[in-house]
Amino acid sequence: MAKAETKKNLESEPVVDTLTVTVDGKAVEVPKTMPDPMDGRPIPTTMIQACKLAGAEVPHFCYHPKLPVAGNCRMCLVEFGTLAMDKNRKPIVDAEGQPVVRKMPRPAIACATPVSPNMEIYTQSEGTVEMRRAVMEFLLINHPLDCPICDQAGECRLQEYSVDHGQGASRFVEQKVHKPKQVDLGPRIMLDDERCILCSRCIRFTRDIAGDDALGFVDRGSHSTLAHYPNRPFDNNYTLNTVDICPVGALTSKDFRFQMRVWFLKESSSICSGCATGCNITVGSRENRIYRFTPRENDAVNSSWMCDAGRLDYKWVGREDRLKNVQVRNNDGVLVPSDWSRALGEIADILREVPEDSVALIASARLSNEELYLLNLLAGKLGAVTDSIPRKGDKDALLVHADKNPNMNGAIATGISTKRPGSKLKLIAKGIKSGALKTLIVFGENLSACEMDDELLSTLEHLIVCDILPNETTASADYLLPGCSHLEKRGTFINAKGRVQKFMRAAEQPGDSRPEWEFLLELLKRIDGTNGVASIEGLFNQMAADVPALDGVSWGDLGETGVSIEI
Amino acid sequence: MSMIVKRKELSFWERLYIPALISGFKVTLSHFFRPNVTMQYPEEKWVLPEGYRGAPLLVKDQEERTKCVSCQLCEFVCPPKAIRITPPGPEANPECGNIEKEPEEFEIDMLRCIFCGYCQEVCPEEAIFLQQDYSLIGTQRDQMVWDKEKLLEEGGIHQDDIMKWKNK
Ligand code: SF4
Ligand code: SF4
Ligand code: SF4
Ligand code: SF4
Ligand code: FES
Repeated sequence: MAKAETKKNLESEPVVDTLTVTVDGKAVEVPKTMPDPMDGRPIPTTMIQACKLAGAEVPHFCYHPKLPVAGNCRMCLVEFGTLAMDKNRKPIVDAEGQPVVRKMPRPAIACATPVSPNMEIYTQSEGTVEMRRAVMEFLLINHPLDCPICDQAGECRLQEYSVDHGQGASRFVEQKVHKPKQVDLGPRIMLDDERCILCSRCIRFTRDIAGDDALGFVDRGSHSTLAHYPNRPFDNNYTLNTVDICPVGALTSKDFRFQMRVWFLKESSSICSGCATGCNITVGSRENRIYRFTPRENDAVNSSWMCDAGRLDYKWVGREDRLKNVQVRNNDGVLVPSDWSRALGEIADILREVPEDSVALIASARLSNEELYLLNLLAGKLGAVTDSIPRKGDKDALLVHADKNPNMNGAIATGISTKRPGSKLKLIAKGIKSGALKTLIVFGENLSACEMDDELLSTLEHLIVCDILPNETTASADYLLPGCSHLEKRGTFINAKGRVQKFMRAAEQPGDSRPEWEFLLELLKRIDGTNGVASIEGLFNQMAADVPALDGVSWGDLGETGVSIEI
Repeated sequence: MSMIVKRKELSFWERLYIPALISGFKVTLSHFFRPNVTMQYPEEKWVLPEGYRGAPLLVKDQEERTKCVSCQLCEFVCPPKAIRITPPGPEANPECGNIEKEPEEFEIDMLRCIFCGYCQEVCPEEAIFLQQDYSLIGTQRDQMVWDKEKLLEEGGIHQDDIMKWKNK
């Protein structure tokens, strides 16, 4: 019951009055007001919103559902009709007593015109179609037709609308206006002013969402040009979102520029692991190489945005020095390549024999819930003391969270960490020093950062380490198991607000490395001989039944945007 | 079940094989006086008809500029996936000016290519043409993957009358 409520509480909205409008002859009931994208207070529903509810697409450039309305591109012009009124402002009725609707002589922009009762909107009328064609023609007058070298091609609104609403050939024979190209707008953004259609989405985003009033138009008429404030680069932590919302290829990401055409990219739904906010992302990859992250809409988490730091935090995944082989320390004290079945067999033999209270387990809060759950099961069998390592950093008012671990709440929920992560680390270090702790299992952390250097670690009898990249701790390991980044496996994280979200696999892992949950299942089977689940779905559902905080949420419930739980 | 086929008895004239020999020589002799039709390939070569589709090659314009801008449409359209392009990446090439980019590497696997001509048809820059080379030789598979340098060298200059980028 509690679960059903928590799941609903973010999605349900207060009941509001409705009115009926007719879109292309189809009557729809729409709410009288909708929340303002900026402050959430109710404002009258506009024609473009009504059309969307009716399933009719009104083409638009400057309108963005998450930004204040500007109404400057005119692409959304539609013809419409309202109730006919007599001299006394009373609705005129026909012979049957039905109110008469008269088409207005002039069109209106759908993005900024509120709906009124009994309004009729004509999105496909001859006049509307002709207006779109004309707007397209004007927009293309000075547009450089350089799609072959433009990074936006393939996801460009202007290209798409040009096919849908434009005309095949240009009638323009005069010289086009030339504007600055390859303008260095900031450390991450390149601007091509010739391609800009002056929709002002980027200006509104950085002023109203990011809170950095850095961009504006200079000059007039067809010479209007987007520019940043003189001597101040456009460099806040959200600049790359303007690349996403720019409907054309005017703003491009310096990082992704000319790396790959977008139609080759495979898109996988995932989550940013940069901080505990857990912004939803789409990963663009081709042939196992990750090219970019773009934000994926989730109003319960990140709206449609993500920070630049998180967006560019993918390069380490393809690093050359990734751990690719299982390694075991031989009798001469040298790490030599081994294979999974031998190493897991030996680890299982060791762990079956270890005495109670002689084992510690440190698991990173960057692992998935499933993995932390399996590690906690393992720790339970061994009577091991467990903890996670906290990671603190800067935060801001929009998205960035001070906790840089994507899944600290998962570590707490599964029992790996207490509510005060890191509180047992001192105890573990002391235990190793005194010789009480003889076996240490480390998943995804570098212990040199928390006062456990290789000198201390060398006093251990067994050091079992799993990681992705080499570090001081992996160098001291007796058993080194290569793991996967979250982009190479499936699983779930719980973000700072208690949103359980799943991530899908975007690329294949390098070499012999394996998703941690896969070999942990195998290790558990080897230790006590039981046969359990074998899929991530089954594992999640088993965990949800075991872990009280998850309260029986199933993998299927998670969907694309996750489920909120009480934490 | 086996069957015995009865052979036809040869006549006396047929058993005297000389007449058959003579009629055979007559045919051979008559060919001495006919016009020559065998082509001495590879010393002699075909005159290829207009529109013949041979190997796809990259061309330069009259100013010796690589026309290809690495838009990767040909890579996308190529049915047997014979084309592989490495885009230039974000570093601007000052020599390109407003054209901004050209491929870092461009490879066509001539063993995969089926000479369909889709790449030529789709190219927005008129940078790739199926030319007349049909005899592509290599002694190893990797010699049949032609790189950008080879494709441009074999492709030559395209006499272009539009010169799209001339004033840019
Ligand atoms: S912005 Fe769009 S229409 Fe303009 S050149 Fe780029 S892809 Fe083409
Ligand atoms: S740069 Fe893009 S988002 Fe900004 S005004 Fe121009 S077209 Fe609009
Ligand atoms: S001719 Fe056809 S098969 Fe050959 S490279 Fe071009 S598109 Fe590919
Ligand atoms: S289609 Fe033409 S311009 Fe585009 S990559 Fe191929 S050859 Fe180059
Ligand atoms: S979308 Fe309405 S004017 Fe631009």
